[in-house]
Amino acid sequence: MFKNLMSWIEYRLPFMEKMNLHVMQYPAPKNFNFWYFFGSLAMLVLVNQILTGIWLTMNYEPSAEGAFASVEYIMRDVDYGWLLRYMHSTGASAFFVVVYLHMLRGMMYGSYQKPRELLWIFGMLIFLVLMAEAFMGYLLPWGQMSFWGAQVIISIFGVIPGIGDDLTLWIRGDYVISGATLNRFFALHVIALPLVLVILVFLHIMALHEVGSNNPDGIDIKKDNDGTVELTEADKKFTFHQYFTRGGKKVIVDAIPFHPYYTVKDLVGVAGFLLVFAWVIFFLPEGGGYFLEPPNFEAANPLKTPAHIAPVWYFTPFYAILRAVPDQLFGAVFMFLAILALALLPWIDRGSVRSIRYRSGLHTANLINFCVSFVALGVLGVLPAEGIYTLLAQIFSFTYFGFFVLLWFYSKNEKTKPLPVRLT
Amino acid sequence: MSNAPVDHGRRRFLTIATSVVGGVGAVGAAVPFVASWMPSEKAKQAGAAVSADISKLEPGQLIRVEWRGKPVWIVKRPQAMLDELATHEDKLRDPESEVEQQPAYAQNRHRSKKPEIFVAVGICTHLGCSPTYIANDFAAQVEGVSSGFFCPCHGSKFDMAGRVFQSVPAPTNLQIPPYMFIDDNTILIGEDEGTA
Repeated sequence: MFKNLMSWIEYRLPFMEKMNLHVMQYPAPKNFNFWYFFGSLAMLVLVNQILTGIWLTMNYEPSAEGAFASVEYIMRDVDYGWLLRYMHSTGASAFFVVVYLHMLRGMMYGSYQKPRELLWIFGMLIFLVLMAEAFMGYLLPWGQMSFWGAQVIISIFGVIPGIGDDLTLWIRGDYVISGATLNRFFALHVIALPLVLVILVFLHIMALHEVGSNNPDGIDIKKDNDGTVELTEADKKFTFHQYFTRGGKKVIVDAIPFHPYYTVKDLVGVAGFLLVFAWVIFFLPEGGGYFLEPPNFEAANPLKTPAHIAPVWYFTPFYAILRAVPDQLFGAVFMFLAILALALLPWIDRGSVRSIRYRSGLHTANLINFCVSFVALGVLGVLPAEGIYTLLAQIFSFTYFGFFVLLWFYSKNEKTKPLPVRLT
Repeated sequence: MSNAPVDHGRRRFLTIATSVVGGVGAVGAAVPFVASWMPSEKAKQAGAAVSADISKLEPGQLIRVEWRGKPVWIVKRPQAMLDELATHEDKLRDPESEVEQQPAYAQNRHRSKKPEIFVAVGICTHLGCSPTYIANDFAAQVEGVSSGFFCPCHGSKFDMAGRVFQSVPAPTNLQIPPYMFIDDNTILIGEDEGTA
């Protein structure tokens, strides 16, 4: 009876077929390490944001008059409102933590290299939409930092010659940030951008499954079936979907099915993540003033600027670059270039060896330089722009862009180590 | 179904014509979505001119008036402040106010209609914070200048005519709004004889 129902559905909508293709018979390299947790963790945080976000809208009031008070109402009077809100606000920071680590993983193992360029581009688009989503979400509590942070960020568009002033007027919908701005940011934050985000995540995964997952060795697990590939006992153990063997043209080695092997392994990552996540929610929900900034516990006041305006921590590396450049227009240009350079990584890196394991020592040093520059800029973006801090921000902006310039030069004729034939 | 041969020229024409008409329709349909983001009539009303009573303004005092949601400063500058404006022009980025940040009648050393009454939008030209008025202790910021405006966000400095000092993040002088004196004691901000 049940079987008949299933086959009736399967004939009209091949659900099990697609599940096999993407989950049960999807070949994943057997050597994933902990760096491969962060993709699935990003999905988990996305689900957390959507769920808690829907529940927050049930009590939130998107208006300049009511927004601040309604957030306090959620925090004080709604049963478990504080928990839903802290899950959402901590989730925003957690999202960027896992996404930054996910991106670093891609950089370490060369996951952006051919044929995964489009996959990387979709990832960068997700990152962009995520930044817009976080920025607009931060305005909604209508606190002092919400208001003045938005003022600073929207002003960045004002530096575009010719259309800048009209563009900022159009974005705000008023001569200053007002209820009109708040309402449109609310609409974009809860409907438009989440929709775009979910679609992009879908495309990211589809693009991933088409080219297959990279791995810490950065070598292909799909070999040409020319009769020379020796299969081990383990290789013969699993059957993968015929789509991946291209009807016998390819043989798959050193792979395991995504389910149950990586679903179960990811559960360990989920458990570890939730341990830290819950600890922050319950014991450090404001993240020491970095997840929720102190001035934001005061309602927005257009006539009073907080003594020191700093964006939330996940924007500070780019904000530091913006401030490091003495010229307004070029500051904004360099900030966007900092993100664009990342998106162009598949073409800036002209090497063919993917993983840091088999690339030159120079590359390792350069990647460390990138990480140090990024973190240093992040710290400097929080600090006031004065004296030595400005100079340091300029130096680290230089080394940040230096990573890409150096990479372009040495990657063409890089001295790499020999690649293994099989996963190690 | 007729078995007439495919007329490729006709097919191409129809494809292009359909695309063009459809494209025009799509652009037309986008207009209300894009235009609805412009300030509403209500917002434009709220952006109308405001008047301020300056009869009780003491020398050296600053009052704030809200115009279009922005703080507008009105400062009554004593003669000493006005005299000081000429002393530090070598430290300014744009002492002659050549960048159009003011109506033509405010393009002078004191950047105002009446020398003693200074009117300016109290928002830093760097990234939109509101600078602090320092009436006496400004020498800590710029040596030899006793009063001015200091922006706490990124450290921009302006003199008592809202002119920006060199080597600070703000690129231009403070904005001067259009304004007019209705009588000696009343000032109308947001409108002048030119923009009725």
